[in-house]
Amino acid sequence: MNRLTTALLAWPKAVLLGCLLGSLGFWLISDRINPYYMDVLTKIGINVILAVSLNLINGYTGQFSLGHAGFMAVGAYAAAAVTMFAGPKFLALAPAAWLQPATDGLFLGALLIGGLAAALAGILVGAPSLRLKGDYLAIVTLGFGEIIRVIFRNIDSLGGALGLNGIPPYTNIFWVLAVASICTYVVVTMVHSTYGRGFIAVRDDEVAAQAMGLNTTRYKIVAFVVGAFFAGMAGGLYGHYTLSIDPKGFDFMRSIEIVVMVILGGMGNTAGVIAAAVLLTLLPEFLRPFEKYRMIFYSLLLIILMLTRPQGLFSWKRRPKPAVRA
Amino acid sequence: MEAEAQTGGARVSGAAATEPLLQLDHCTLRFGGLTAVSDLNLAIGEQDLVGLIGPNGAGKTTVFNLITGVYCPTEGSIRYRGVSIAGKKPYQITAHGVARTFQNSRLFPSLSVFDNVRMAFHLHLAHGVRHSLWRGRGFLRAEKEIASQVMEMLDIFHLGKLRDAPANSLPYGDQRRLEIVRALATRPSLLLLDEPAAGMNPTEKVALMKLIEFVEQKYRISILLVEHDMQVVMGICRRIIVLDYGVKIAEGAPGEVRANPKVIQAYLGRDHT
Repeated sequence: MNRLTTALLAWPKAVLLGCLLGSLGFWLISDRINPYYMDVLTKIGINVILAVSLNLINGYTGQFSLGHAGFMAVGAYAAAAVTMFAGPKFLALAPAAWLQPATDGLFLGALLIGGLAAALAGILVGAPSLRLKGDYLAIVTLGFGEIIRVIFRNIDSLGGALGLNGIPPYTNIFWVLAVASICTYVVVTMVHSTYGRGFIAVRDDEVAAQAMGLNTTRYKIVAFVVGAFFAGMAGGLYGHYTLSIDPKGFDFMRSIEIVVMVILGGMGNTAGVIAAAVLLTLLPEFLRPFEKYRMIFYSLLLIILMLTRPQGLFSWKRRPKPAVRA
Repeated sequence: MEAEAQTGGARVSGAAATEPLLQLDHCTLRFGGLTAVSDLNLAIGEQDLVGLIGPNGAGKTTVFNLITGVYCPTEGSIRYRGVSIAGKKPYQITAHGVARTFQNSRLFPSLSVFDNVRMAFHLHLAHGVRHSLWRGRGFLRAEKEIASQVMEMLDIFHLGKLRDAPANSLPYGDQRRLEIVRALATRPSLLLLDEPAAGMNPTEKVALMKLIEFVEQKYRISILLVEHDMQVVMGICRRIIVLDYGVKIAEGAPGEVRANPKVIQAYLGRDHT
């Protein structure tokens, strides 16, 4: 356990409440902050949610998934559909004085529906593909991500290849930070319990985990469902922030970006993954003048990283030393 | 006190006292044309210490894998406390009270010694996802209780000092011991040990024999041992079953088995002078 988790686990609910209140407070003063910084911060928040939730699947449970952008797409489309198609009718019912709370409620509902839709997709992908391991699972999830994209491109009522435009601008820094806090809370508390250590056991040695009485299939599905749920929420936030979504925004490269954050942060290290998500969101901002070469930089970074720090850039865990030296 | 709690499962006998703990009845396992185990009958009683031996490729580990649900028998039945367990999943069989170790040690390498054992308590966990998220009083109490039980077990097996060491950093002998402790933590009434002495030197083997006898007496469980090493098997087992090419060729007390000409021929080679 590192410092972040130790602090969080001492008073978990108080820390979460503090984070939520902090998000609210930050939103109240957000008018005074440079809009460019707010833009970057929102993107960071969304990427933190994506990376932390993928870390549960890839890092802790060891199921290499390349389909996170697919789950994100499901959530983005589902949430946007709710606010665009059901939203106006719902808000028309609310009295004028209650418009703001009604809007907030609508958005919360849309985010949850987006998350649940993605979680459902998580079950659909997870259940049949959990017989597969490693590279094979990676290929199946990659295929899932692409299929989702193609499906959305071909649904005309969801805008087809043009995507959905005119999504109401409901996302603000409060929602982003709040969901990021909840996502981190869920992953950290879940993994730090006798139940949740099962995720790590499944990753370490599936056969031994079964021999210890763990229903490994169940664990994998739970990981996929929770991970997909938060990816869906992140998708909803993303859609209501950019105000237009199209299938191209959720392509394979998006999934890879999230995977890179998880690997860079250290598989199964939440604090490291958050740091990596922050760093990798900031990097393109600094690299803006050379945006064309961003992917080259990414690839180079990955290669260097794998050679020098296979346990992750931000992994503070020392390599296991022999307990007794010869 | 701890030992009594651990053997809670084993002491539930009574009505089914006449029925053996584990019974394999005419078990056959075929992989295509290959018959790995043929018409095997095997019974293990309460608090029994049985050795399963045989030359390389005789099907010893396959028998283990049949019992623990890795394979489903092609024919025949496997009953545990009178309940058929053939075809059940490995984790379900563990829940029935059968724990095992592996031929090549299979600890959770990234978890500490402590967490390796704690994992095994999962089976008797009263809480799940919801409780670990809410972290209420009951959850914290349960976690504390588990932690103290784990510590107690580690201390019994002299692993207490190594509690925070990563499991894969332990010396080989300690790793094998930890694997046994981890299996015991699932509170089995039958423990299957797959070649526990493999790769051990004579001193470690003697320590292992003592350990197995200690486990048997302290936890009052049955142990089935697959072993290559004759010294270990002959030294501690009360009964020995000899397999050759998937067929049981002999069964009996160590002395009888050692004198059985069939065994000598199959296991120790030709006529032995």
